[in-house]
Amino acid sequence: MELVLDGELADLERKILAGERLSRADGVRLYQAKDLLAVGRLADLVRRRKNGDKAYFIVNRHINHTNVCENLCKLCAFGLEAGHPRAYTLSLDEIEAKALASAGERISEIHIVGGLNPDLKMDYYVEMLRRIRRALPDVMIQSFTAVEVDYLARVHNMPVEEVLAVLREAGLDSLPGGGAEIFSPRVRKLICPRKISGERWLEVHLAAHKLGMRTNATMLYGHVETAEERVDHLVRLREAQDISGGFLTFIPLAFHPQNTGLEPQSVSGTTGFDDLKALAVARLMLDNFDHIKAFWIMIGPKLAQVSLTFGVDDLDGTVVEEKIAHDAGAATGQFMSKAELVKMIRAAGRKPVERDTLYNVIEEVF
Amino acid sequence: MRIESSCGSGVKPVLNLDDLLNEAVQGRRLSLEEGVALLASPDLLSIGRAASLVRRRMHPGDRITFIIDRNINYTNICCCRCRFCAFWQEESDPEAYIISKETLFKKIEETIAAGGTAVMIQGGLHPKLRLEYYLDMLRSVKERYAIHIHSFSPPEVAHMAGISGLSLRKVLLELQKAGLDSLPGGGAEILDNRVRRLISPEKITWEEWMAVMAEAHQIGMKSTATMVFGHVETLEERVKHMIRVREQQDRTGGFTAFIPWSFQPKNTKLGGETATGADYLKTLAVSRLVLDNVPNIQVSWVTQGAKLAQVALAFGANDFGSVMLEENVVRAAGVNYRVPAEEIIRCIRDAGFTPAQRNTGYEIIKELS
Repeated sequence: MELVLDGELADLERKILAGERLSRADGVRLYQAKDLLAVGRLADLVRRRKNGDKAYFIVNRHINHTNVCENLCKLCAFGLEAGHPRAYTLSLDEIEAKALASAGERISEIHIVGGLNPDLKMDYYVEMLRRIRRALPDVMIQSFTAVEVDYLARVHNMPVEEVLAVLREAGLDSLPGGGAEIFSPRVRKLICPRKISGERWLEVHLAAHKLGMRTNATMLYGHVETAEERVDHLVRLREAQDISGGFLTFIPLAFHPQNTGLEPQSVSGTTGFDDLKALAVARLMLDNFDHIKAFWIMIGPKLAQVSLTFGVDDLDGTVVEEKIAHDAGAATGQFMSKAELVKMIRAAGRKPVERDTLYNVIEEVF
Repeated sequence: MRIESSCGSGVKPVLNLDDLLNEAVQGRRLSLEEGVALLASPDLLSIGRAASLVRRRMHPGDRITFIIDRNINYTNICCCRCRFCAFWQEESDPEAYIISKETLFKKIEETIAAGGTAVMIQGGLHPKLRLEYYLDMLRSVKERYAIHIHSFSPPEVAHMAGISGLSLRKVLLELQKAGLDSLPGGGAEILDNRVRRLISPEKITWEEWMAVMAEAHQIGMKSTATMVFGHVETLEERVKHMIRVREQQDRTGGFTAFIPWSFQPKNTKLGGETATGADYLKTLAVSRLVLDNVPNIQVSWVTQGAKLAQVALAFGANDFGSVMLEENVVRAAGVNYRVPAEEIIRCIRDAGFTPAQRNTGYEIIKELS
């Protein structure tokens, strides 16, 4: 059976089979292609080449330590001004208690991100990391987006390298990929004018990679960006990865408009086609990334499972508690058990593999 | 890809899935065993692509249809008490109801005002309502409104026959004379008696369900057929269901559409988990391939959500179903996807198709270019 319906993408198929790098124009064509399954098949081919039958998940726990944020981005429904009735900041005791309460699962990763809270200084972050490290010595800590790291550097007038070194010394293992949004300055002006630039975001990650820390990358899609701007975002990540090789995974994040500053402009949520294409095109463009992750919190468990045939090899994890996407109207649950993740992966015909932050195998026989 | 067939005993023929899909695209009818082999295969995209090609052959052009209508549940009192259902109540239950005529008329007026062309009136199997109640309901609606009445699934029709002592044919003729236009395909669940004994032991057998549809088709009434999968049935029973619909369709030709949807476990006695997204898409695609004589395959956004329903348009579906103004049965099972007409239209367009509003008979009312 010929691979591509109508041959709309036949030339790209040849390139992909030959392992050639796709151009910006190719990326735009893939986003605009009508034939969803053809894009999926191409991405599936690359996924199989890189990861075989394996589909990864992690037993993790998210903690959002504060929703007080100086940036108040339009894209966000989570951040609030200090003094707002719903504003909160967790104490170090509360954070430690949450880290220890992980819905009965044996976790391998703690994932902590929060707002830019002017009351929280380096000592709070350092102490947080030390206490978690002490309480859970075998757990990897993947915390603080590039935006938060940059904020600490500015607040303390320190070079970002030094901030990262101090945090690392206190127990930080890896940076999550948040805050990347879309790198284009045009888009950032519209959705997050006060947030660090795309260049700065990449600088922070490259600095982390230089220290030997692995990090993730994301892209928030489905708001005001064009297909060209999405492709530009992917190409810039690909270029950075060529330099450092420090990115572990790419995670496209579906924009949720509810309660955000973009809702009044009647930006609708993403469709199923958008979500699957964002994942598949990422798999095809990011030829130097090992992993593409679908975050079930954002697109729902059913579509996340389907995405395993659209280039995805990782479904994230158990999560336990999540506030950022849920404040923006995500209708998903906040916890998925290990058994559910295993079942979902199996039902898609893949081999479930429990991994740690760095994709070391924890368990693969279930 | 070569796979071993998993059913049948003795000789195990080896099927080549790609050949099989190519032949199905050309129009060759698939066997039970071939349908099972497809459902058991992990090759979701090949199956989806073949189903998509069949959809294109059967529906040239890139139109995806939908209907504006309303579900009206006249009562939730039901003596069937199925284990997979979260809607039914005992007569004595405080939440039990029978709607008044005023309420019924008001709901119909709202439907017409919203551009609706049909109502689907369905209810539980009420132990005390007589046939005259249903006939009077139909007459009173038809006297007042020019609206298509797509109502009473086979278990209700069989229940009316039991209560009145009339034959199925006679009941259907009476209902038709009073204004019933077509039958919805509910109550089919899985058309196999082993499964029915487990999930809905008090419900009519699959043969009785089919007998109601056959009689309806013979007196000129069209109907749809549904399938509720993802509970206790085997893959073979799923395909058997499709083939039983196909065989009936060869005889009477009255099925307009097939609507597969997955069991929603919340608040039901049966419990358990819902089918995965991949299972839904594969089952829908296989139904497009097996049901070569049923013109339309409908997605179920009510049970799957708008995102997965939209993706199903790339897996062989050609109809987005109903922009329902009201839906109570699935909602009782804890699923509450609200998809307004604009959202359905956006989903269809975004998938590269042209949305078109249709009536119950699948005639186009208007295309939204």
